[in-house]
Amino acid sequence: MGKYKITVGMGSCGIAAGAKPVYDKLNKLILEKNHPEITLEETGCVGMCYKEPLVEVIDTETGQKTLYGGVTPEKVEKIFTEHIENNSVIRDWVVKSSKKDGSEENLFDKQYRIVLSRTGIINPESIQDYLNSNGYEALKKVMNSMSQTDVIEEIKKSGLRGRGGAGFPTGLKWEFANKAKGDKKYMVCNADEGDPGAFMDRSVLEGDPHSVIEGMVIGAYAIGANEGFIYCRAEYPLAIKRLNIAIEQAEKEGYLGNNILGTDFSFHLSIKQGAGAFVCGEETALIASIEGKRGMPRIRPPFPAQSGIWGKPTNINNVETLANIAWIIRNGADKFASLGTEKSKGTKVFSLSGKVKRTGLIEVPMGITLREIIFDIAGGIKEDKKFKAVQVGGPSGGCIPESLLDTPVDYDSLSATGAIMGSGGMVVMDEDTCMVSVAKYFLNFTQNESCGKCTFCRVGTKRMYETLDRITEGKGVPEDLDKLEELAYMTKESSLCGLGQTAPNPVLTTLKYFRDEYKAHIIDKKCPAKECKALIKYEIDPDKCKSCSICARNCPVNAISGEKGIPYVIDQSACIKCGNCLRVCPFGAVEVK
Amino acid sequence: MDTKNALSVEEIIQKHSNEKGTLIPILQEIQESFGYISKDAIETISRLTNYAESDIYGVATFYSQFKLEEPGLHNIKICQGTACHVNGADTVKDVIFEELKLIDYGTTDDKKFTVEHVACLGCCSLAPVMMIDGVVYGKLTPDKIRKILKSF
Repeated sequence: MGKYKITVGMGSCGIAAGAKPVYDKLNKLILEKNHPEITLEETGCVGMCYKEPLVEVIDTETGQKTLYGGVTPEKVEKIFTEHIENNSVIRDWVVKSSKKDGSEENLFDKQYRIVLSRTGIINPESIQDYLNSNGYEALKKVMNSMSQTDVIEEIKKSGLRGRGGAGFPTGLKWEFANKAKGDKKYMVCNADEGDPGAFMDRSVLEGDPHSVIEGMVIGAYAIGANEGFIYCRAEYPLAIKRLNIAIEQAEKEGYLGNNILGTDFSFHLSIKQGAGAFVCGEETALIASIEGKRGMPRIRPPFPAQSGIWGKPTNINNVETLANIAWIIRNGADKFASLGTEKSKGTKVFSLSGKVKRTGLIEVPMGITLREIIFDIAGGIKEDKKFKAVQVGGPSGGCIPESLLDTPVDYDSLSATGAIMGSGGMVVMDEDTCMVSVAKYFLNFTQNESCGKCTFCRVGTKRMYETLDRITEGKGVPEDLDKLEELAYMTKESSLCGLGQTAPNPVLTTLKYFRDEYKAHIIDKKCPAKECKALIKYEIDPDKCKSCSICARNCPVNAISGEKGIPYVIDQSACIKCGNCLRVCPFGAVEVK
Repeated sequence: MDTKNALSVEEIIQKHSNEKGTLIPILQEIQESFGYISKDAIETISRLTNYAESDIYGVATFYSQFKLEEPGLHNIKICQGTACHVNGADTVKDVIFEELKLIDYGTTDDKKFTVEHVACLGCCSLAPVMMIDGVVYGKLTPDKIRKILKSF
């Protein structure tokens, strides 16, 4: 029997998918069968969320790696007896292996991993694992041989742009903060990942926290800051736990704290927990929140680089941006700049969710097309249904239709469609998704999250939501479409911060690309996707009905009647359109019309 | 909510007395210990710090994390992220409301559950999801939800 190391993917979603009982079972078997030579470790998310829980068996003598997907405690038993004890790989369950014979190998064909190079591979709670994979080498290089200007020039040359959404050049931002005058400066990591549909920052913090810390220390050195904060959402408890462990380890090893690596540079880092306000992702609102106030944005200038936390020069970068820094310093700006397009360099992490076969995290070179991402990497649409749209950029983004699937993914091309890169959430929608309802969903989100400072953002988003709600209720009138557009442009122009300026994007893009669907709701009083409850009805096909009475027994309002031998009927006036009958009918006799 | 070993409101404020911008961490710790921010707690914070009661109330109501009323024993957060929305988050809500006999978000009559919604739990690939007492449950179906609720 060989020497094995077994890792279990224990990110938040791995745990939610059932990784904990799998881990416990492995642990139990190792103890019971007395195999002290086997090491069992936790790791972060490799991005293959649709195959969670994931267990990797690594033969430490040959280096052979085998990744099993969809593992359950029962499957663990078989993996143990066949693979571990008899060195026989269970081929059917392998999703990826160093022999490249797993079922999901082509998921990685078009990917290029910088930010996600360690997630799902190293143990995020072990600084040794990080050090063994070039960790803190960039910091050593900076401390030994680079001036502040050298670092800033290198980042400028790499072409790295902010990955939080707006895409501002990172090197330039650092230069502003460096040149700002002040006795004290702050370096902040924005980990307030609030976009519904985006979870890359969580995965990086949970799977490779040291890479973010290393990026922050290098940035702090470049701008001359000796205190910093990671502003992280309280909804990410595991990320906060692992960050705290990583900060403590880095301090102990001299990569953080006083006299970093024996130099006279000191940098102290702590975590500030967000308290649940989407608008705090905006820089000036985030600063207000760190100061303990209501997180409301303020007018810029002065920019945070001049006057940020407590009026001191402050530099704020997003998690993914910071996770690129050490790689750039280690491998050189030219290598980073060789990836991507003319104006968008490097790679971008996207979280894929919605109606695609493969959901999860991917990292691709900028410039790849949406079609390649959705069909080649994500494997196309679930149940082979028809693609309708992809929502890019969260509540600030837009819905891109099939005709624009060959759009290259970079900051400028995506903006040209009316969407934005945003933080990289990609939610794929199929023929069953109603686009009016999607627009309504986002406006409900933004009108809830608007801080209320600017009138158009506060009231405009609410009125747009109400109009959209009316349309989905079948009470829309033709004038609604022009009114929505007018209100959308006014809200864009009259809002102070990014939230209000981009909140109308979901409305504008759906109006632009899916106007027919709006018209179907307003004029024909039909929801083509059969999603809007007010515009659909459930009926039982008498030819298919076997009078089994299951539907009637599951109807919460007793709207279904019938008797043996006679097809059942739904009383439309009593039906609340909950869809229970459709779900429970064993004969497919219930139809949505 | 383990209140046995928890610090009192006064002790929590004392702990943060040498830091700057401490209102949010103080409120977070009070909520962690007591489950919510009571009127008394707001008065105590105001008395022991420089914050006016209105400012504290302003901050507590701005952030969705803070609760001003005593919550139920278990906390259910229904995810309303985009991926959950397109994968049937509304059905999740309907089933939970039906099972717990709720008409709107809030606390059940027996004070066993408080149901709230959350913008996104970041587990989009397992949509639709919910979180009960910090644990995420994914790929929910009506039956699975009923089973999970019964286990509490």
